Amino acid sequence: MATIRIPKKNLSVNPLKSSAPMGAALAYLGIDGAVPLFHGSQGCTSFALTLAVRHFKEDMPLQTTAIDEVSTVLGGADHLEEALINLTKRMKPRFVGIATTALVETRGEDFVGDLQGILARREELAETKIVLASTPDFAGALEDGWSKAVTAMIEGLVIPGDRRDSPLRQINVLPGVHLTSADIEELRELIAAFGFTAVVLPDVSGSLDGHVNDTYSGPTSGGTKLGDIAEMGRALHTIAIGHHMRAPAEALQGLTGVPTTLFASLTGLAPTDSLITLLSHLSGQPVPASVKRRRSQLLDVMLDGHFHFGDRRIAIAADPDLLHGLSMFFGGLGSEVVVAVASTGNSPALADIPSDEVIVGDLADFEAAAEAQGAELLVTHAHGRQAAERLGLPHYRAGFPIFDRLGAQHRCTILYRGTRDLIIDIANLFIAARPEKRPADFADVLAPLPASLKGEMSHAPTATC
Amino acid sequence: MSDALKAKIADVFNEPGCDKNAAKDAKAKKKGCSKPLTPGAAAGGCAFDGAKIALQPITDVVHLIHGPLACEGNSWDNRNSASSGQKTYRISFTTDLSELDIVMGNGEKRLYRAIKDAIARYAPPAVFVYQTCVPATIGDDIDAVCRHATEKFGTPCIPVNAPGFAGSKNLGNKLAGEALLDHVIGTREPEFTTPYDINIIGEYNLSGELWQIKPLFEALGIRVLSCLSGDGRYQEIATAHRARVNLMVCSTALINVARKMEERWGIPYFECSFYGISDMSETLRTTARLLVERGAPADLIERAEALIAREEAHAWSRIAPWRDELKGKRVMLYTGGVKSWSIVAALQEIGMEIVYTSVRKSTEEDKERVKAIMEDPHMVESVPPREMYAQLKRGDADILLSGGKSQFVALKAKVPWLDINQERHHAFGGYDGMVTLVRELAKSLHNPVWRDINRPAPWDLPNAAFPFAEIEARRA
Repeated sequence: MATIRIPKKNLSVNPLKSSAPMGAALAYLGIDGAVPLFHGSQGCTSFALTLAVRHFKEDMPLQTTAIDEVSTVLGGADHLEEALINLTKRMKPRFVGIATTALVETRGEDFVGDLQGILARREELAETKIVLASTPDFAGALEDGWSKAVTAMIEGLVIPGDRRDSPLRQINVLPGVHLTSADIEELRELIAAFGFTAVVLPDVSGSLDGHVNDTYSGPTSGGTKLGDIAEMGRALHTIAIGHHMRAPAEALQGLTGVPTTLFASLTGLAPTDSLITLLSHLSGQPVPASVKRRRSQLLDVMLDGHFHFGDRRIAIAADPDLLHGLSMFFGGLGSEVVVAVASTGNSPALADIPSDEVIVGDLADFEAAAEAQGAELLVTHAHGRQAAERLGLPHYRAGFPIFDRLGAQHRCTILYRGTRDLIIDIANLFIAARPEKRPADFADVLAPLPASLKGEMSHAPTATC
Repeated sequence: MSDALKAKIADVFNEPGCDKNAAKDAKAKKKGCSKPLTPGAAAGGCAFDGAKIALQPITDVVHLIHGPLACEGNSWDNRNSASSGQKTYRISFTTDLSELDIVMGNGEKRLYRAIKDAIARYAPPAVFVYQTCVPATIGDDIDAVCRHATEKFGTPCIPVNAPGFAGSKNLGNKLAGEALLDHVIGTREPEFTTPYDINIIGEYNLSGELWQIKPLFEALGIRVLSCLSGDGRYQEIATAHRARVNLMVCSTALINVARKMEERWGIPYFECSFYGISDMSETLRTTARLLVERGAPADLIERAEALIAREEAHAWSRIAPWRDELKGKRVMLYTGGVKSWSIVAALQEIGMEIVYTSVRKSTEEDKERVKAIMEDPHMVESVPPREMYAQLKRGDADILLSGGKSQFVALKAKVPWLDINQERHHAFGGYDGMVTLVRELAKSLHNPVWRDINRPAPWDLPNAAFPFAEIEARRA
């Protein structure tokens, strides 16, 4: 049980968090034929877009309502309407996900009412599914924005009512924002191994996995199909990953009655064992040999890798669910999480983190604490690189954004295979950082001398012949 | 095999300093101490391997391996022998003999040119040239090439005549020692000498262990004149004949060096160990006594006792915090030689139980010491992997301490394992090293990974309950 400390401070230095609209945009980008629309000033979109492009190395169809000074004063509904008309005409998306920003939320308008009015008024929007999530930048962070957008999509796109009398062999998956394209692919394959089809909402493995299309596409290509979202009520079960997916999971279960299991994390042996037990139970099928093989490989890497993890002092900074998952991972291999910094303080994941204290703070808090605690490895997103350089420590990149390495989306860190690879990657960092022994490493092998003996014991060799 | 090499091997086998050998009759002595190898069931390194292990830690020389690629290619940079300065020893040099070299008999020429290039590029104080099986078979005379190159280039070129087929790793150690005796030791005088000068023979500074020990000697004013061969410098080793006492570590690997140095220069030697608290103390005590016998001021003995008392107390106080955690844990010790007893005492002292200790490669004296320190001594010779796996699998021990070869026997049996042989990354020498060992033991035993790994997959459990609570639906 960790105590959660929120340092009182006036200045955030080297921020850890990305704000909520970014999370919402990423969620919307997991839908096929989507364009996320930021309701705010041009810059809100532009900065988010640039950062997302640096992370994914992909073009992003992010759009803006381009709120200007006048509409900030008089109200932004016109801009919202105009933006929707223009972008549907120009880009022909099947889906538009609106994320509000701090600017318009500060002014405070009835966005839902405005949107209803627009949709009733404008027939040209009839072919486009449009949802809106309220995601002011000043509340929460990446996980919150993602969660709110997924909730908005469930509430706006799933056919409500209990439809389990005509079930499909389908499992709904509500992944957290910390899952990569590779994670989702791995999860989908596992679910398929038990004879189920997975409907993943949102599914960035289809849209943000860096594929090359044959034709140009403005909106996202790949991702969850709108038709599949509508039919989520006919699934046997819903699996949600990460505490921040509790709200969308509750919404889905409330709408459709499909039972839900929430996994705090799917990184590690035990959580994967649990998920597989669940799938085996739901399908009535034994665990396939291929899955057992993966488990056996993980066990072997745990054995080979644990030497490098034992008693290591680890500093992690991340969004709460990722922080929790990584902390459990390191703790399970014998490392000590000496610094845990979370981007936000309201997640139930934080209390379970195996560390004395969780600081809700920024990367400056992280750097100072890592230095004070004598951390041996920094785990955080790419902005941690300056701290790593200053402290001379290895840096494992995890979270969002990772803009200075390729393949962030293709790194799998969940289930047996992902855990296996995570152990290998981090053990290799430790091995690479292991210095050759120097005489100075043994400077303190002698017992400290009592003051009375000092001088007397130091007989330097003297020439005698 | 050349006659010279045959004679050298016969000489090495006839080692009067070795008590195993001394106990043999004339006929058995003649046969030598190499156990015949069983094809298909052999393990362990060859003579070349042994020679390289013994000499490679000399940091500033070029180690040039004359042979086809495999001998060096598969073995270079494989030990954590540390250097406080020069790094030349970590660079791999080989003549990489090709088929044509072998067919045409170009080996010697190639070797000569290789020596020339190495000296031109790296300007080492010496070049050690290692013979291997193939050039030995085709008759390359590395002694002649080295002699010629030494004259021509003015850099000592030392032939190390220990081709793999000559015998075991242990024999290779001794042949390496012969090379030092024939070509290096005694070729130079130290700048000055003191009555406190010692050599350490058979210490390879693995993971920096020499640096855990050296400060202890230095605190007594004792100078390590040279170390064979950990963190070694060519010029230092050349002056080794001026030491007052030789400390022989690692059991009998280089006993021929110690004995012949006694013969030639009257330097007494004793066998010692830096592993374990009481062993370290005994080493310091004996060193002091022998130095005093050879003319050092008598107060050295008192000072040594004071140091021992202080360091032992310090070590035990550092070990004590682990006692509760480690008490009653069962250790399987699978090593050999000195280590079969030297760390037993420390492990017993913190309340660990020794399931057994292996006495492979141990002398009769080693075995006697095991008997002396263990209440109920369980000694084993070699244990086949399959058997060891079964022992570990059924839970005979909580942890295995061994060299790398048994690592996977333990890990595949899902039992903790700690490396105490040459590939290890932790320094276990002296008082400080025992504290490190105990800390590493605790770290390994208490890693939560064992609980995780040994938990059966849930679907393998009979009548596994469905463990999932569904989450509450949100009431809209």
